[in-house]
Amino acid sequence: MADNREYDIVIIGGGPAGLAAGLYGARGRRKTVLIEKGVVGGQIALTELVENYPGIPQVNGFDLAQTMLQQAESYGMETEYTEVRSLAQRDGKWLVETEAGDFLAKAVILTAGAEYNKLGVPGEERLTGKGVSYCATCDAAFFKDQEAVVVGGGDAAVEEGLFTTRYVSKATLVHRRDELRASAILQERAFADPKLTFAWNTVVTEIVGDEQVQSVRLKNVATGEETSMDVSAVFIFIGQHPNTDFLGELVPKDPGGHIVVDEWMATPLPGLYAAGDVRQNSARQVASSVGDGVTAAIAADHYVSAKFHESAGQKAETAATG
Amino acid sequence: MAKPEEVTDNEWDTEVLGSDKPVLVDFWAPWCGPCRMVAPLVDELAVEYDGKVKFVKLNTDDNVQTASRYGIRSIPTIMVFKGGQAVDQLIGFRPKNQLKQSLEKALS
Repeated sequence: MADNREYDIVIIGGGPAGLAAGLYGARGRRKTVLIEKGVVGGQIALTELVENYPGIPQVNGFDLAQTMLQQAESYGMETEYTEVRSLAQRDGKWLVETEAGDFLAKAVILTAGAEYNKLGVPGEERLTGKGVSYCATCDAAFFKDQEAVVVGGGDAAVEEGLFTTRYVSKATLVHRRDELRASAILQERAFADPKLTFAWNTVVTEIVGDEQVQSVRLKNVATGEETSMDVSAVFIFIGQHPNTDFLGELVPKDPGGHIVVDEWMATPLPGLYAAGDVRQNSARQVASSVGDGVTAAIAADHYVSAKFHESAGQKAETAATG
Repeated sequence: MAKPEEVTDNEWDTEVLGSDKPVLVDFWAPWCGPCRMVAPLVDELAVEYDGKVKFVKLNTDDNVQTASRYGIRSIPTIMVFKGGQAVDQLIGFRPKNQLKQSLEKALS
């Protein structure tokens, strides 16, 4: 095929895991391309402040991602902005089909990350971008001196809840349990924030509004009591699911859709690796995803050496097969 | 010439609604990360569609009137206007081919 572009390593997804893999792939002098369907950085591109990446006390998530991208590109990593349609084995290599044509790879690293879950309640989809948001950092400024609810109880919910109170007059954190899952330092900040109040044991059952969000219907799961609250914005942070649907049955996944890998990020299929939020048991941190990406790139490098350039039995193969 | 121009609340009616060509508006703000990903795509399209479509940017922090007039509650938002009417609205980051499709629709 004429439009087949051949690479040593194709990386699918441009979050921290993919960017780290790209840096190592390119520095290993492997012909490496990173395929990204949207914004490089993935979830951190939407994060106001990353303050738990060792060595960097505080950095804007988008800026951190851009720095990682430039660093990888400076060593020769290529970047292609398109969406992957499918992945298949082809004569000992991998065929990556995208909206922008086909790529042929000796090794593929899956770093497609995760996407935020939706509530799945009436009004949510229709009012997305009209007061329903999955990114307080992006949208909170539009609700200055108005009231908002933030749904969830983990790190993301609390962090973004704290961000919204810079703008809104009052934010109510709606959580289905009676305690937060967020890390202790974030909880301390949340309880100290005078603009943040809490609705425990509560779920959102409907988001109401014509052109814009006007109110939410809430239900207390302990008492069954239903109430309505007038708000202009609903920020939703209720976990995430891995972007692995496009893989179909190609590779073993756990019930949550995460890809099963060994300690070298290798899937059971030769030359196929998974790193970051797409893999099973990921710690889902920028730092751990970067570590995953580096591990996968080193394993892929050894695999390419062993299978395509060097005879079997060299030390590289030990690493590649873990 | 083929570079998106910043417009303000005051210029909106003449520059956008009064334009004889279709207008693509990039609603953005300096604090919005994804907006910085959209900007280079809009720049490229401005070159490709030079003379056919007018490209402008509106800073939603400085031009609250226009942002609220069109119910902008999330950025980046791209809107396309034709003959003073909004014909398309794309909320959130979209890849270049989706922006192109929207322009082709407005030009047809």
